[in-house]
Amino acid sequence: MKLLQIIGRVFIAFLATTGRLAIFAVSALSHCVRPPFYPRIILRQMIEVGYFSLPVVGLTAVFAGMVMALQTYTGTSRFSAESAVANIVVLALTRELGPVLAGLMVAGRVGAAMAAEIGTMRVTEQIDALTTLSTNPMKYMVAPRIMAGILMLPIMVFIADIIGVFGGYIVGVYSLGFNPSNYLQSTWDFLEVEDVVSGLVKAAAFGFIVTLMGCFHGYQSRGGAQGVGAATTNAVVSASILILSFDYVLTEMFFAK
Amino acid sequence: MSETPKIRVRNLKKAFGRKVVLDGLDVDVGVSESLVVIGGSGTGKSVLIKCILGILKPDEGSIQIDGEEVVGMPARERERVNRKFGMLFQGGALFDSLPVWENVGFGLIAAKHATRPKAKEIAIAKLAQVGLGPEVADLFPSELSGGMQKRVALARAIAADPEIIFFDEPTTGLDPIMADVINDLIVKITGEVGATGLSITHDMASARKIADRIAMLYQGRIIWAGPTGEIDRSGNPYVEQFIHGRAEGPIKMAVQV
Ligand SMILES: Nc1ncnc2c1ncn2[C@@H]1O[C@H](COP(=O)(O)OP(=O)(O)O)[C@@H](O)[C@H]1O
Ligand SMILES: [Mg+2]
Repeated sequence: MKLLQIIGRVFIAFLATTGRLAIFAVSALSHCVRPPFYPRIILRQMIEVGYFSLPVVGLTAVFAGMVMALQTYTGTSRFSAESAVANIVVLALTRELGPVLAGLMVAGRVGAAMAAEIGTMRVTEQIDALTTLSTNPMKYMVAPRIMAGILMLPIMVFIADIIGVFGGYIVGVYSLGFNPSNYLQSTWDFLEVEDVVSGLVKAAAFGFIVTLMGCFHGYQSRGGAQGVGAATTNAVVSASILILSFDYVLTEMFFAK
Repeated sequence: MSETPKIRVRNLKKAFGRKVVLDGLDVDVGVSESLVVIGGSGTGKSVLIKCILGILKPDEGSIQIDGEEVVGMPARERERVNRKFGMLFQGGALFDSLPVWENVGFGLIAAKHATRPKAKEIAIAKLAQVGLGPEVADLFPSELSGGMQKRVALARAIAADPEIIFFDEPTTGLDPIMADVINDLIVKITGEVGATGLSITHDMASARKIADRIAMLYQGRIIWAGPTGEIDRSGNPYVEQFIHGRAEGPIKMAVQV
């Protein structure tokens, strides 16, 4: 009996949170498209999300490209298909690694920071204060962050793709002995627009997920410093899980076409 | 009372889960009157104010502002009514990412009552009203002492010349002298502009100083209300116990919440 009770309670809590999240997401998106807008804050958030995350994302991308080149070489050389290395590296990066790694990195950096900042504003009543000052907190706090996430992640992933290919190129040319112009040629030749676009669509989705999770958990936090800490952890963990599961869903959607 | 009260609350109920906080509360605040609601910590004083401000949604009951029912009012209408309000939050709730003047002028800019330069001008005038010099305007809240933060929060509450000002524990966390300074400021400012005041506190010295009328909140209801001068002859054992701060009496402190 006890066990059933516990399972029931956890299940109901899960459903309640999912419902709250769905309402929060719809409300946040609707505020993204209805005035008033806060261009100052949107700009600040875009810099925060995009510019300041670039070093981490770039560094991850360059190493991902390098390791991809080594690993695919190991695999392809077993059946004398080494010429496919450049092609596989660029496909893996644009379709998968670019958006997923950037999403996870930004979840750790930006999602956590958003949850902490909004959570602190919640527990110190700053969010209530906004309401009393003719300002809708969803519009002022949440919408600009979500817009920044959706807009900046594709740009960052595009840059990460280029940096990643460059990493693969370094390893391919200097360690695996590929001819530089051949490597670039085969990177370019088999790349299709859809590869890049599907990666950028994923990036926009992940940007939404990360900022939504950061804002949602921050917004919901209760009970002082401990609550804010929990919100931060929850934001990062839930964003990471959602990124990986939505990655599959989106890949399946693009794959079907 | 023949004229419509500024604030009229009837049968207000609010519970969080199974925990009943307000249980059929009635209270009136007359025009230009200063009502202080006293009560122990956790009795729901802040919840009462947040229901009136529309930050929390009451489960049941009626709240009228200038005879206008605000419970269930559409958001846009509600915003118009909220423009009549100024609120001093318990912890100040200053926006720590903004300089002092932008905190004070926030509501003016948000409601499009003033451009940024004009808002800064008004902010500096309001800061002067609470005894702060213009040099404070460009500092950040974290650079100020507790007393100064309270003053800035007070300046923000009065910036848009509200008709009704709410004070949530204005003296909590201040030393007795600073507390008295803030009390004097509240009396002076509400007197100057003829604003209606609704304050909540558990500090009796503060209550005696700023109240025209005092009401005591206990177990979700107002159990006694009367002019400040009569509080010492209330003949109500709960009030007696509270104003003398005795551990023994009819009020049992909930050790377990
Ligand atoms: N948003 C909320 N969610 C759940 N419980 C709350 C919330 N706000 C207040 N409470 C509970 O309501 C009770 C009254 O709180 P409050 O009005 O802040 O007391 P006080 O009289 O000290 O201002 C407390 O027990 C608190 O735990
Ligand atoms: Mg309180």
